[in-house]
Amino acid sequence: MKKIFSRPKALRNQSTHYCPGCGHGIVHRLIAEVVDELGIREKVIAIAPVGCAVIAYDYWDFDCSEAAHGRALAVATAIKRLRPENIVFTYQGDGDLAAIGTNETIHAANRGENLTVIFINNAVYGMTGGQMAPTTLLGQKTATTPKGREAQVQGWPLKISEMLAQLAGVKYIERTSLYSPQEVLKTKRAIKQAFQNQIDNMGFSLVEVLSPCPIYWEMSPKEALDWIREVMTKEFPLGRIK
Amino acid sequence: MMSKKILITGNEAVAEGAIQAGCRFYAGYPITPQNELIGYMAGRMPEVGGIFIQAEAELAAINMVFGASAVGVRAMTSSSSPGISLKQEGISYLAGAELPAVIVNVMRGGPGLGNIWPAQSDYFQATRSGGHGDYHSLVLAPASVQESYDIMQLAFDLADQYRIPAIILIDGMLGQMMEPLVIKSQIPNPKPQIKKPWALTGCRGRKPNIVKSFFMQQGGLEKLNLALQKKYRLIQQKEQRWEEMFLDEAKVVLVAYGTMARIAKAAIKQLRAKGKKIGLIRPIALWPFPTNIFRRLTTAHKQLKFLVIEMSYGQMLEDVKLVVNGRCPVEFFGRAGGGVPTEEGIIKKVKNLL
Repeated sequence: MKKIFSRPKALRNQSTHYCPGCGHGIVHRLIAEVVDELGIREKVIAIAPVGCAVIAYDYWDFDCSEAAHGRALAVATAIKRLRPENIVFTYQGDGDLAAIGTNETIHAANRGENLTVIFINNAVYGMTGGQMAPTTLLGQKTATTPKGREAQVQGWPLKISEMLAQLAGVKYIERTSLYSPQEVLKTKRAIKQAFQNQIDNMGFSLVEVLSPCPIYWEMSPKEALDWIREVMTKEFPLGRIK
Repeated sequence: MMSKKILITGNEAVAEGAIQAGCRFYAGYPITPQNELIGYMAGRMPEVGGIFIQAEAELAAINMVFGASAVGVRAMTSSSSPGISLKQEGISYLAGAELPAVIVNVMRGGPGLGNIWPAQSDYFQATRSGGHGDYHSLVLAPASVQESYDIMQLAFDLADQYRIPAIILIDGMLGQMMEPLVIKSQIPNPKPQIKKPWALTGCRGRKPNIVKSFFMQQGGLEKLNLALQKKYRLIQQKEQRWEEMFLDEAKVVLVAYGTMARIAKAAIKQLRAKGKKIGLIRPIALWPFPTNIFRRLTTAHKQLKFLVIEMSYGQMLEDVKLVVNGRCPVEFFGRAGGGVPTEEGIIKKVKNLL
């Protein structure tokens, strides 16, 4: 019998700590599949974020560094500059990449660092208990916007991918989601493209993944996926941004 | 190679000393009075095949150093007091992940934006933790342009050996001052002596390496802390460094470091010419503090008085008091915020003590 589905080599045989219905596990696996398919496991150096995915290195089976909250792209910049032969990527959430680390994000992109960024946008701070993220939608209730986010008080959802697309140093930006198997496959294709760009020395590549957080959205896993499709993609349209 | 003698600022001497010690990564952000250092690195680092990055912020600079160190490269950043405050989070992460790095603080007046005059007001910040958590950085305080150059090799070697951040603490006067520097030998591209099997290089032929300071499992972080404390005790035993002068017959011992020690030496010269029995302890390592010489001295001679002199309002003073522990009087003379204790001021203070 032919084996047609198995655990990627780049993924350890370990169950994750993520909540039911969380998108992190899916994206971890997609990255591992891409790393296997590109044959780069022994070259990869990953930068784990501060946030729910801080212990991503417990699941991936390749070299990995932590970074202080928001500083993943500063750490990655130095690593890639010193070791261009390695494949370096950061894995960051919305708070990490688009709030506390906005400066590092913009400047690494603007320098055109030859890096791959996997940006998980779930519109909320997960690890700390569901507070407002820079990408929280208007009206969305969180631990720090109990009446829903109001533009006049908390500003608007930050479209950092569209902002970054303006920068000359940025090669590739695509926004994908996880709301259906087809979308998961599109996400994998985008992640693969972002890694291939680095292999080809093309410069800064970022994939923004709209990812479910059923616990802090107070939804069932199915409702969370529907909410991405019906609500979140209105604010954050899917597709190639650059 | 023959030695050569050049005229150079303290800031540039630190930078060239780092290059000669094998530093191949520098990230920094402009701030006075350390700008000669980042400027020198911008030109010099590419000449030796290293990486220079002008970072977008002090936070980015220290975290770039974190990344560089994580891949096993000798890495450095520099700044002055307000910028060093910003770097504290990163230094704590370096300490937690047990990554070597060298951080140069060319101290200026504070608190706040302060001014750009020389100061020694960051002693507490450097020698205690600075950032969050129970950790120490190795702190070295050269007192001349020559020593600023020479000490860089030591700083990188010790940082690698103990996997610890090393802070070079100099003040704006030493950073800006030009003095002759003898470069004894030039090593074109020295290889760090210590192997770094923990470095991130890609997991070819080995299990993946992880650089981390996060330990969520119960007991994991305590284990790290106990290992760190053991390492700090070893460093306290092995790495005390100081210069001493005229201690055998001294009635008053001046204690000063860096630029302040230079001024203290000038005062001692005048006082000794008049037959006054004055000695000096100049700590070269501020952490670990040279407790050994104080213990030895205060056990042998109970009639001593110490006069601690700083460009601060009494920071190293606390370490002297801790080690002397009431066995002898410890007096203080200091100014900060732009003021520098003068030779005359020191002489007057000493005469009052005799």
